[in-house]
This record gives sequence, structure tokens and C-alpha cells, in this order.
Amino acid sequence: MKALIRYSPLLLIAIAWELSSRLGLVSQLALPPLSDVIRAWFDMLKDGELITNGMASIYRVFAGLALAIAVGIVLGVAMAWWRPVNVLVAPLVEIFYPLPKSALIPVTVIWLGFGDGSKILLIFLGCMLPVTIGAFNGARSSEQVIVWSARSMGASRLRVLWDVVLPSAMPELLNGIRTALALSFILLVSSELIVAQKGFGHLIGSLGANGTYDAMYAVVLTVAFLGFIADRIYLVITKRALAWREQAS
Amino acid sequence: MSDVQPIPDGVPERAARIAVHVFWGVARVFSVVALLVAWELLARSGTLTPYQLPAFTSVLARVWSDVTGGDFFINTGLTLYRALAGFAICTVLGVVIGMAMARNRIANWFFDPIVSIGFPMPKIAFLPVVILWLGVYDVSKITIIVIDAIFPVIAATVIGIQGVERELIWSARNMGANNRELLWQIVLPAALPQILTGLQVSLPLCLIVAVVAEMLMGGYGLGGAMITASRFANSVGVFAGIVEIALVGYVLVKGMAILRRRLLIWHQEAHDPSTA
Repeated sequence: MKALIRYSPLLLIAIAWELSSRLGLVSQLALPPLSDVIRAWFDMLKDGELITNGMASIYRVFAGLALAIAVGIVLGVAMAWWRPVNVLVAPLVEIFYPLPKSALIPVTVIWLGFGDGSKILLIFLGCMLPVTIGAFNGARSSEQVIVWSARSMGASRLRVLWDVVLPSAMPELLNGIRTALALSFILLVSSELIVAQKGFGHLIGSLGANGTYDAMYAVVLTVAFLGFIADRIYLVITKRALAWREQAS
Repeated sequence: MSDVQPIPDGVPERAARIAVHVFWGVARVFSVVALLVAWELLARSGTLTPYQLPAFTSVLARVWSDVTGGDFFINTGLTLYRALAGFAICTVLGVVIGMAMARNRIANWFFDPIVSIGFPMPKIAFLPVVILWLGVYDVSKITIIVIDAIFPVIAATVIGIQGVERELIWSARNMGANNRELLWQIVLPAALPQILTGLQVSLPLCLIVAVVAEMLMGGYGLGGAMITASRFANSVGVFAGIVEIALVGYVLVKGMAILRRRLLIWHQEAHDPSTA
């Protein structure tokens, strides 16, 4: 009930959508009624069109993001832990961080073609730096006192890294990964819209070109809600991962 | 223990310090130079075709000819115009909506679910819908930029305003400030650090989306120029586009950081070395 009241504006918008289209306030071409969109969604689900394209997209996001997280964490922690690494890598990070990542779309196509490879590379390159910076800031800010006491109690440098620095880097690191998650969906959809043979973005583009707008709306909403749900799931995981902090404070 | 040498001061130590300084200075640019040299060597060595990786020097030559031919300024100007127009709308609209949400219950009731669902969505997926409604010209490009980049501003404004210390507001009220004065002189300045953080998230998004929109819709602009080059398999043009877009992005992000330091000169973060 509480949720219903909280989300009532969305319900209002949905009703307004349905009515304005049914009553002819806006052209049904520009805005097909919501009920048609929902019907088109179920049709595509039965066709399997949604599943095959969706699987392709989800695979790309997962692969690219997993690579970005793995490399980003190693790079960020190494930058915070060893000064030479920092000196070598920091200028590169500073140069590449402000680069609008969408500019890389044509290059990844030149390197790896129209398939999965170019999207995974794009998501990897685009999402790595937010993770790196999160890991770097987190690891750098771990309290010296704790590091020293761990050292004086006989922990080796690697041990300290694993048991002290990584856990205390967690909050910032997880924040960086959240940024990367949002970015990965943006890069996925835009690269698929521009060049792809399958995937959500490709489906949206080809449905739009065919003029089957109710189906196009259905896919657009699907992608949008997948991105939203991914973020919510991630938040739940984050809360679990940081539960020890809440207890401590 | 009394025979410990006093730390030597004077010339040798100074020279050592300068040497260390120079060493780190060189080290700082070393990796960038190394990367560029590696690029050039790899391209010239013939392991990759010029299509896959054109030489850095030929990319630079292309950028230079874009600059002297004026294309660079047309494309950069158009992309900047779209991105910054979108950014300006995001700033004004985002702060207004955020303020309304923080201070008005009805606005909060209406916008809160929209923001909490809309923020994490990949709104770029709405690009074809926006094209369907508004066509392929600047209006639709700027619209999709606003749709994509406004949420961080709204969220940051709400958090910023809600985080303003009660004592500040009470004392201002106590000294007779009316609503308008309270807003402009107390609430907004106190929320400014948060709002600027939101804007710093929003600005790169504006540029990312501007480039994507241009790529999809073609025409002039840095993104459009890149996609044209890639259609003609002109990879020098594609790499030149990256260099140009990277330049624009770098200048914008740095400019925003400088602006933040200027605006927050009164704030304690200006004296905190960790944010420098």
C-alpha cells in the first residue's frame, strides 16, 4: 500500500499515456497506447526475439564489466600501493578519464568488427577508469594507523593489502563500480544503436526503421528497466558487502 | 648516540632535492610519451595495417589540417553548442526541480519516484523515441542530452539542500531573513558543493550523449564527422576524431574543476589537499 502511494505518480503517467493516445490527443504513430506496447512486448517474448537479443546484450555487459572491474581494481590498488605504478599510470588515467567514452565506438569497430568483441572492448575501456579511480581513492584513504599496527603485529605487506587495505577501500570501490554499471548500459545501448547485428539496441533500431513503434517502445522500456533493476540488485549486494561497517559504527 | 651526524643542509641537499623534482617531473610525462612512441612504432612496424592503427604522426597531421581548414572549429563548435546548451538546461532545470523537491511536498511526491527510477536507467535508449518525436536536428539532440544528464543534478540538489544545517537556517530566520533571502543567501550557497558535484557528473555525460546523438543522426559535429570517416573506412579520420574529442573533453572537465575551486574558495575543501 505504501509503495502504491509512493509510486502513484508513475501510475498517473501511465494512465495519461494510455488516454492521450487512445483519445487522439497525440498521434498513435508517435505514441502508441501503453496497452499496445505491452501486447507487443508479450508477442516478442513469445517469438523469442526479445530473449535472443537480450541474451546477446546481457552477455556483452557482463563480460565487459567483469573485465573492467578485475583490471580496474588491480590497477587502482597498485597505484595506491606502489609509487612507481602511480607515477606511470596516473598521467594516463588523467588524460583518458575525461575522454567521452562514446568516441571509442568507431575505433572498437575498426579493431574487432561488428560483433560481440567490439562491444565488450568498448564497455571494458569505458568502465575501467571509474573502477580504477574508486579503488585508488579507497585504498589510498585506508588509515595509516591500522596499516602500521597490522605491520607491527607481523603481517606481511601482501597480507596487509588483502586484510586491511582492500576492505577499507570497499565503500569507494563499490561506488566506482556503481558508476561503471550505469555507464556500461549507456555504452552498450549506444554502440548497439550505431553498429550491431543483434542486441537490444539493434532491435530498437530495426523496429524503428520498420515503423513498428509499439514494439520499439516495448524494447526501449525493457532496456530502461533492466538498467534500473541491475542498479537495484547492485545496491542490495553493496549493502550486504558493507554490513560489517554498519555494525562497527 | 651523540655522534649522529646532523642532517646536512645547504647546497648538496638542495641539488638533490632539485634532482628528485626533475626526476618525478620526467616520470610524470614519461608514460604518456612512451605510449605515443609505442603507438608510432607499432603502426610503422607493419604488424598492424594502417587501417587498424594509423601512425600517430599521420593522425596529428590530419588534426592539423582540420584545424587549418576550419573543419575542426565548425565541428567542435557544434558539438560544444549542443553539449553546453543541454548542460545549461540541465543546470537550471535540475536545480529548480531539486529545490522544489526539497522544499515542497507535492513536488516531492511527484518527482521522487521518477528520479529514483529514472536516475539508474540507461536513458540513451530513448534516443530513437526522441528522434521519432523531434526529428534529427539540434532540438532532439539537446533534448536527449537533457534527459540523460539532468538526474545527477536533481539528486545532488536534493541531497545538498536537505543536508544544510538546521542551525544555519534557524539563525538566518532569527535575524529576520525572508524566504527569498534564505534561499539565495543561505540554502543555495550551503548546498553549492553538492550541486557542483552533481554538475561535475552531469557535464561529461552531456558530452558522451552529444557524441552518440551525432553519431546516430549524422551531419556536422565531432561525432558526425567520426561516423562519416568510419563509413568511408577512413581510420585516420576516426583516430583524429578521438584526439579532437579527447581535447574537448579534457578542457571541459578541467574547466569545471577550476570553476569549482573558484566558486568554493570560501569552503573548507579549498584548503583540503586531498581534493586538489
